[in-house]
Amino acid sequence: MASNFSIKHQPGFTAIAATCFVVLYLPIIVLVIYAFNAASSTSEWGGFSLKWFQSAYQNTQVIDATLRSFQIGAIAAVLSTIFATMAALATTRTASYPGLTFKYAAINQPLMVPEIVTGVALLIFFSRIKIFTGYSGIGYLVAAHTAFCIPFAYLPIRARLENMDLTLERAAADLYATPWKTFRRITLPLLWPGILAGLMLAFVISLDDVVITEFVKSGGQDTLPTYMLGQIRRGITPEINAISTAFLLLSVAIVTLFFFVSRKRD
Amino acid sequence: MASAEEVAKAAERRDVRDRWLLSAPALLVILFAATGPLLIVLVYSFLTPGPYGDVKWQFSSDAWTSVFLERDIFDDTLSLAAAHVTIFWRSIKLAVVTTLATLALGFPTAYFMATRSEKTRDLWLFLITIPFWTNLLIRTFAVLQIIRNEGIVNTILLKLGIVSAPVQILYTDTAILIGMAYVYLPLMVLPIYASMEKLDFRLVEAGYDLYATRFKVLRKIIFPLVKPGVIAGSILVFIPALGAYVTPSVLGGGKNMMLSNLIELQFGQGRNWPLGSALSITVMIIVMVALLAYVRNAGKSGVRHG
Repeated sequence: MASNFSIKHQPGFTAIAATCFVVLYLPIIVLVIYAFNAASSTSEWGGFSLKWFQSAYQNTQVIDATLRSFQIGAIAAVLSTIFATMAALATTRTASYPGLTFKYAAINQPLMVPEIVTGVALLIFFSRIKIFTGYSGIGYLVAAHTAFCIPFAYLPIRARLENMDLTLERAAADLYATPWKTFRRITLPLLWPGILAGLMLAFVISLDDVVITEFVKSGGQDTLPTYMLGQIRRGITPEINAISTAFLLLSVAIVTLFFFVSRKRD
Repeated sequence: MASAEEVAKAAERRDVRDRWLLSAPALLVILFAATGPLLIVLVYSFLTPGPYGDVKWQFSSDAWTSVFLERDIFDDTLSLAAAHVTIFWRSIKLAVVTTLATLALGFPTAYFMATRSEKTRDLWLFLITIPFWTNLLIRTFAVLQIIRNEGIVNTILLKLGIVSAPVQILYTDTAILIGMAYVYLPLMVLPIYASMEKLDFRLVEAGYDLYATRFKVLRKIIFPLVKPGVIAGSILVFIPALGAYVTPSVLGGGKNMMLSNLIELQFGQGRNWPLGSALSITVMIIVMVALLAYVRNAGKSGVRHG
């Protein structure tokens, strides 16, 4: 008799899932291994070496692009998280009011449009402003990144807020706390894990962006991803593997942190 | 003196006003650096191209005509623009096939994850989330190193004697397809998993009690219940796949253009900003149609399952 009949079993599903996980990680693992290759071509193994990391570190273009990526990512992440937090406070824990649906749609709009279209739109718009004002700094990149990071930062903050009831805030108000004090002492500490998750998400999204940056940047404003894209188009060296490996390490660290912050239930 | 009702109403009005003020910065930034410029693209698509890029402020519908048609330089007749039609067709085809491929792989993967024990589920979720947050360019680059002629795939095929010369995968449509399926797979798995996690397996058990086969349970019970996740995943994969820029740039090698490359060309060497704008709007219309279909579908299934 089929005594061990499992209702959850579906033939072949486990095999497909296993294949997917292997296939997802295999290329990344190969990429990382070749970052430590002593040979100067990426097709043969010439022994273990750290020389490509060293050469990337001494490449001023790489360092320059990395710093620019961090600068834009940090500013855009902080701004978008602040704005997203305010927007989340304004759009949750309330009865429906005129304009609420509009706000949801507006905040999520950057997610609905392909990046290439947003990129083109910003290229046109910002080129007009550049002519008009004469300013061509990284402000444009910061503005663009802040805009498309807002829906990502908004996501975890809103989710956290929706699980918080208003009891404690009402109690604070009953005890004559000003709205600001209630926010500082009650709402903010409770909301903090959501805000932190939003901040990290926004930073990673900004750091990863290629398309919009590629269209918005002026000359000499490469971020690390656009610099890498340019290099890959020209032909590949293990130096790209080394940069990718460092980048990967950072992403994994942030994701791990994000995972723990957003999973923490207190 | 104001009645209690008036006071309550004034308080409500104040609350709504405060809520608008609170959301203003986010809305303004998005209006300035995302939504607003889209309207300018629409305007630009009706202007005349300038000689060195940009536009001349002169109305013209030429850009829209040349999205799908081209004018013969000798007798001025219009005919189907073969190059554009090919690129549109290729982009839509690749986006659809990518969506189907990720669905075929992602559905069993999500099912596998959802049927693990509570404790290990988090680990699997973590494993699928890491590639999701890893730089898309780096992942595409990783695929490039695997499938190129000197890559691991060809090396193994050669060593095993299955082929005598390296198979040219890189710089073909197949390469773009492999790359997109690879980078967008997590986008398919995550929403399906979210639906699957809530699946009540007592329903599955009831199906087996009524002598349903495994396939029948899958088709008649599991699939309808997780359909919202499947639709969400398909939309999440289809939209970026249709407008994909990085994957065709890196794996298509400039020869096999997709829509995004065609659009980029108009703003670069092509120097035809109005055409680039018209093409962008066309891409957006296709996406809107897909989204609308999703909203209608989601609405319907929402009614059925509560």
